[in-house]
Amino acid sequence: MKVAITVNGASREHEVEPRLLLVQYLREVVGLTGTKIGCDTSSCGACTVLVDGESVKSCTMLAAQADGSTVTTIEGLATSDTMHPVQAAFHEHHGLQCGFCTAGMVMAAVSLLDEIPEPTERDIRLGLEGNLCRCTGYHNIVQAVLAAAGATR
Amino acid sequence: MIPAPFDYLRADSAEAAIAALAEHGDDAKLLAGGMSLLPLMKLRLATPAVLVDVGRLRDLSYIRDDGDFLAIGALTRHRDLETSDLLRDVCAPLRGVAAEVGDNQVRHRGTIGGSVAHGDPASDLPAALLALDATFVARGPGGERTVAAAEFFHGFLETALEPDELLTEVRVPKVPGARFAYQKFNRRAQDWAIVGALAVRNGATRVALVNMGATPLRAHGVEEALAAGAPVADAAERAAEGTDAPADLNATGEFREHLARVLVRRALDAAA
Repeated sequence: MKVAITVNGASREHEVEPRLLLVQYLREVVGLTGTKIGCDTSSCGACTVLVDGESVKSCTMLAAQADGSTVTTIEGLATSDTMHPVQAAFHEHHGLQCGFCTAGMVMAAVSLLDEIPEPTERDIRLGLEGNLCRCTGYHNIVQAVLAAAGATR
Repeated sequence: MIPAPFDYLRADSAEAAIAALAEHGDDAKLLAGGMSLLPLMKLRLATPAVLVDVGRLRDLSYIRDDGDFLAIGALTRHRDLETSDLLRDVCAPLRGVAAEVGDNQVRHRGTIGGSVAHGDPASDLPAALLALDATFVARGPGGERTVAAAEFFHGFLETALEPDELLTEVRVPKVPGARFAYQKFNRRAQDWAIVGALAVRNGATRVALVNMGATPLRAHGVEEALAAGAPVADAAERAAEGTDAPADLNATGEFREHLARVLVRRALDAAA
């Protein structure tokens, strides 16, 4: 089947199998490997991207379901050499250790801040409950999102 | 993990979806948000030959006041429930439980109809709708019928829905001013409930249990004890009556019964 998806601002059309998952579409068809496959069972959040502005787990969505939608991945956040405020805050506050969860964490945080522009620390911890950090680096991640909230306000 | 191959049909109306079900019978499954079905398909526990995508039926996404009850379209997402001003005002328990489903990402995709039709006893919303005495509207080739929540859940992943029926609407009695508490016990934040207990106090007290049997259950013993004037601590001791708690990696049946008693007590106290 044919899917037309706008990925990071670029319109794309591909012939895909109906069973192709969105995360495979992004990584293998479009070639954007910033989005990671972690648990592959919609638990860990490493594959989080934005579909029409909202965070979703791209391992548990068909590319066919995203047909006609706008998808934003970690590669689509920065503008030329300027990091997105959430990326900059993760950098500034050391919100990553091994980095595997980072793309998903950042995308989930971007969606969270869109819905709750001035979150409390509790809002952030609850809002990121769908994202696991195997390094257990949650403290600095939460600090980074708090800082980003201040920066994006 | 990749699902087994299937044919993908996108329904552009409820009628088209029902016609597709009629044509393909048991080989077809409806896809709404996919939060329950797609993981099963990836694990190859479900291998439908035809997937009928109803996810774009926007006319089945609504929350409106129909006088005696709230009418909620089957394609209404958990996110829409947890942010609904109307629910906050007249059905706060449903809004509160919707906010406890999965995580943000899941709530952005998952729908109330999908959750109900899937019939998983570990799901949050079916138990809430059982406690609230909701009614479900099913549409098939022969027209529409309604099924009370108490009659809807038949067994593990089995409901009153016929293979050629589409769940179109959930009708929930309004409970303005109701106090409620939902206690969800799990090991990781976004996991399914190992056991969940919802108490709704609105004159009478209603208590529903998550993951204490093959279907969501009402804790009738607790409700009877409270109606007869028993103190919360005594009533909660009856929480496991009539249940058939499963045993799995997370908990033995005995531990689940213990959890049910503790969580019901906490929920009743919190909703006092």
